[in-house]
Amino acid sequence: MQPAFSVIFFTVSTGTGYGLLFLFGLLGAAGKLPADPTFGFIGMALGIVLVGAGLLSSMLHLGHPERAWRAFSQWKTSWLSREGVASVISFIPSLAMMYLWVFESTSHPMFTLFGLATALMAFVTVYCTAMIYRSLPPIHQWANGWTLPNYLFMGLAGGGVVLVGLYGVVGVPLTLAPIFAVGALFVAWGVKSGYWRFIDNSKSKSTAETATGLGHIGKVTQMEAPHTEDNYLLKEMGFQIGRKHGDKLRRYANVLTFLLPILLLGGTQQTTGYVSSGLSLLAVLSFALGAITERWLFFAQAEHTVTLYYGR
Amino acid sequence: MTELPVQTETRLGLVIDLDICVGCHACSVNCKEWNAGGHMAPLTDLNPYGKGQDGVWFNRVHTFEAVPENGDGCAQTVHFPRSCLHCENAACVTVCPTGASFKRDEDGIVLIDESRCIGCKLCSWACPYGAREFDSDVGVMKKCTLCIDRIYNENLEEIDRVPACVSTCPASARHFGDLGDPNSDVSKLVKDRGGYDLMPELNYKPTNKYLPPRPRAKAAAQLPSAPIIETLPSNDQPLLQWVDKFLSR
Repeated sequence: MQPAFSVIFFTVSTGTGYGLLFLFGLLGAAGKLPADPTFGFIGMALGIVLVGAGLLSSMLHLGHPERAWRAFSQWKTSWLSREGVASVISFIPSLAMMYLWVFESTSHPMFTLFGLATALMAFVTVYCTAMIYRSLPPIHQWANGWTLPNYLFMGLAGGGVVLVGLYGVVGVPLTLAPIFAVGALFVAWGVKSGYWRFIDNSKSKSTAETATGLGHIGKVTQMEAPHTEDNYLLKEMGFQIGRKHGDKLRRYANVLTFLLPILLLGGTQQTTGYVSSGLSLLAVLSFALGAITERWLFFAQAEHTVTLYYGR
Repeated sequence: MTELPVQTETRLGLVIDLDICVGCHACSVNCKEWNAGGHMAPLTDLNPYGKGQDGVWFNRVHTFEAVPENGDGCAQTVHFPRSCLHCENAACVTVCPTGASFKRDEDGIVLIDESRCIGCKLCSWACPYGAREFDSDVGVMKKCTLCIDRIYNENLEEIDRVPACVSTCPASARHFGDLGDPNSDVSKLVKDRGGYDLMPELNYKPTNKYLPPRPRAKAAAQLPSAPIIETLPSNDQPLLQWVDKFLSR
């Protein structure tokens, strides 16, 4: 599948933003957030901006962005529509939580409620995002049980890494945050490794034989293509550029997304002051580059059944 | 709305005979010609006379070779027209976030309301068969309408109220009718000839059916390659025997 940058940025940015909002929501409900309104403003704004920028980016690849509002209507059947609805609803508790944090106090009686609602809507929205891909039978690399945990734990790990980075910059004591982030990174790494093992060792049920129904005669190969130039289908669904570099990019993704942030976050525990904040920021940068690589591979290594008709 | 009808009144669709199709692409061309001015018009062509031309087509004719793996029987060349199958479980419809894609209650035809399409392309990802093509010029998705503007068109002679691909096929490899009616000609054809679904494992339940190529005689596969004939003239052909002897000298 064609890895459009707008969609890669969208899934990484909203996933990380919701990961951060999810953690703020839970920590807020548990009464573990620093009361400082400035931190509340910066933190919540960062989460909301990451989500908002991602959603705007997803609109960039539309043929008619001005009609995007129509996408809220088909939530009964469409995961994309559900995602749109969930993302809009999610702004309500997060903005309410932000308001209380900045203008009232974290001990406000409603803070716990909005915190829980923020966490819930963050989870629901990322769940919907993942289901857009999980629910497409023609793409074996997406329509499997690994896709959903992949998106959820990548979001959680991203949120954890950004939270530590934020604590580092603002000067909040890190306490247990890095340990939590490292734990989430390990789980996400395990899930991603499982995902890659699965797509390497399993095959789509569909073949050129089932696609043409000619399997009863024998092995089916393309003899003559229907057209001489690549059409929309081959450009969008027959993307092949990534395959050659797949293994190398997976190694980069492993190092940048998981290994390096784990080491850097470990480093924050051994250091103090600027060194510690610097390391936590480097972890954010490394994770961002790695997650973009990981998401690029998620698209580039996905094969659509229409390519069976083209011998690809 | 993108909820699929539980049952449609009729199930209009195509039956494509792979035994007869000669791969002439007339169906693709006539489809393009009709639909460039029809319901989903325009069918954009970009850079049509230059390098890297690109355009929207609803029908594409592939050619495959099927080779028996154990060498038992003939390899066969099969021309294979591919277009929208108007599936019962049309995931292209249910994934649509705007309701632009829909399946008609009355005849099961899957259509796009262009004015609602936001061009997110998700429907084309959801279609295993590559039936939908994005028109980057207009910014919306396009697909086969089963020539909805022909089949119900009372301005046309009744004989012409069939999809453009069917009316033009010089070999009569394409048939149009109600596949929901077990007594229709197309349903009988499917029954008699063992018509089948493409990628049945994905459970999209296509309405269109394909008829398999008839089995070829096995003897044909066992003919030796050149030289083809080594039989010598028999005794009742003295002249040929003499010629053979003369030429063999």
